[in-house]
Amino acid sequence: MQAILQIFKDFHKNLPILLMVLPGALGFILFSYLPMGGTLLSFKQYRYNGEGFLSSFFSSEWVGLRNFTFLFGTNDAYIITRNTLLYNIAFIVLGTIAAVAMAILLSEIVNKRLSKLYQTGMFLPHFMSFVIVGFFVYSFLNMDKGLLNSILERFGMEGISWYTTPEYWPFILILTNLWKSIGYSSVVYLAAITGFDRSLYEAAMMDGASKWKQIRSITLPLLKPLVIIMTLLAVGRIFYADFGLFYNVPRNSGALYPVTNVIDTYVFRGLKTTGEMGMATAAGLYQSIVGFILVMASNYTVRKLDKDNALF
Amino acid sequence: MSIKTRKYRDIHSLSPLMNIVFNVVAALFALICLFPFAFVVILSFTDEKSLALHGYRLIPEKWSTYAYEYLFQNGSQLLQSYVVTITVTVVGTLISVLVIALYAYGISRSSFKYRSFFSFLALFTMLFNGGLVPTFIVVTQVLHLKDTIWALILPMAMNAFYIMIMRTFFKGLPDGIIESAKIDGATEFQIFRKIVLPLSLPGLATIGLFCTLGYWNDWFNALLYIDNPNLVPLQSMLMRIESSMAFILQNANTNGLGSVAASLPQETSRMAMVVLATGPIVLAYPFFQRFFVQGLTVGSLKE
Repeated sequence: MQAILQIFKDFHKNLPILLMVLPGALGFILFSYLPMGGTLLSFKQYRYNGEGFLSSFFSSEWVGLRNFTFLFGTNDAYIITRNTLLYNIAFIVLGTIAAVAMAILLSEIVNKRLSKLYQTGMFLPHFMSFVIVGFFVYSFLNMDKGLLNSILERFGMEGISWYTTPEYWPFILILTNLWKSIGYSSVVYLAAITGFDRSLYEAAMMDGASKWKQIRSITLPLLKPLVIIMTLLAVGRIFYADFGLFYNVPRNSGALYPVTNVIDTYVFRGLKTTGEMGMATAAGLYQSIVGFILVMASNYTVRKLDKDNALF
Repeated sequence: MSIKTRKYRDIHSLSPLMNIVFNVVAALFALICLFPFAFVVILSFTDEKSLALHGYRLIPEKWSTYAYEYLFQNGSQLLQSYVVTITVTVVGTLISVLVIALYAYGISRSSFKYRSFFSFLALFTMLFNGGLVPTFIVVTQVLHLKDTIWALILPMAMNAFYIMIMRTFFKGLPDGIIESAKIDGATEFQIFRKIVLPLSLPGLATIGLFCTLGYWNDWFNALLYIDNPNLVPLQSMLMRIESSMAFILQNANTNGLGSVAASLPQETSRMAMVVLATGPIVLAYPFFQRFFVQGLTVGSLKE
């Protein structure tokens, strides 16, 4: 009795703040937790029967792991996993190197105002959606009118039908992604460099260390923990691809699917175009589970290294 | 004294040659970042015929503002999309910021008994999600939001990451202020509205801008949930532009307006639409860039 009374008392005392978190909690429940429950669909042959979701859910037939055996029985599972992982690895490795290099560059430029100006320029792509980026790329790669083909033709070469030639796309997608993200990601490293203790550099000066030497033996080692943490956090997201990059930039061109299809686009097409709902749901759950394991593992590692930078 | 500071600067800065090299590299990359946008602007001001004849040129044979004139005369769809985007951005940002701030404030209060439960509720959504298909089914078949403006707003309203940023921000506020207001008899809502919010304007501005950009640039929700042409936002309209161009052409033909079809500046008006959809961001972002940098560096903290 006492205990129940205490629960009511606590509830009453916390009521105002409970009311404050209520709208947000409702949002999470509707748009995050209900769909989590919906992953059960991947074990069903879901058919909408027109009488609402719950009724359809119960009237649909359980098929156990059939959706998964179908998915992994095709070549698709291998291709989308490979594409997702390889692209993300390329983005992480090249993106980190480029962002760190750019941050060091910007931090060393003597005229700080110019440095700020360059930064502002580099930041622009981050503010563009992938729809817009898709148009930008199209203005270069358009078969008859694009800039790149007219340059090729000027040099006497034949124009390339870019949107039907898969070989080039790994490079195009990697370059596009780097172009869009370097300005933004270098900001984190630049902020860290600005915070480094200047007296270390002064001491190195006294000992006659050159600028290169200083970068190599002061800046880079000091940046290392941050680089490791950012990389680990990115590794935690390695199973998720940026849908916009892989859908809009290749203009959803079917000829390019072998090199542009990633888990996210596969699930989308299963839902909206090919109608293979069961496999799409199965692929989605496969992504969520592996993604979850990776996030937990990377967070665990980050926490071991530096508690402050862990997600939780 | 002045000699001394000069000397100080000299030994610390790059050699003049390296400084030039660094400047050139950074400036070059900044230009590469700006170039595609500038190029699209040029294309949008190119004469349609000279574009068809010579392809996309950096310096067009003939300039023209016809694409824009055409869009302003015949662009009711464009106007409608602008209205949708602005509505979604304004309403969405207001809802998001309010709900996120309330939630983050709740879980930042150490006196809140269910703090850890609600923190977990938010955090777990960053670790695991139901995936696209279940989300789609929930939004369309449970919540029945398909082809409503809410389908463009509500799925994006909550964001655990922004909640973490705001919580960090609220935790930085001095505890004493809240306590003394409490002693003065203020209710929790009064404290939030009159004390916490005014003190948190920089933090609110940061996530407000994140949300604004997110809503302005969103096309994915429209791709999933919107078929009604009156509810298509700008970004999504650009994606559908190929089919909408075909539609305009067809309309013009069936209405016996063959001449309109002939003069339809397909390529250039497409580029003009890209310019009109991104223009507001390009003009505004140098001013709010600072807040993004702030959010980015705060965001990596916790507790």
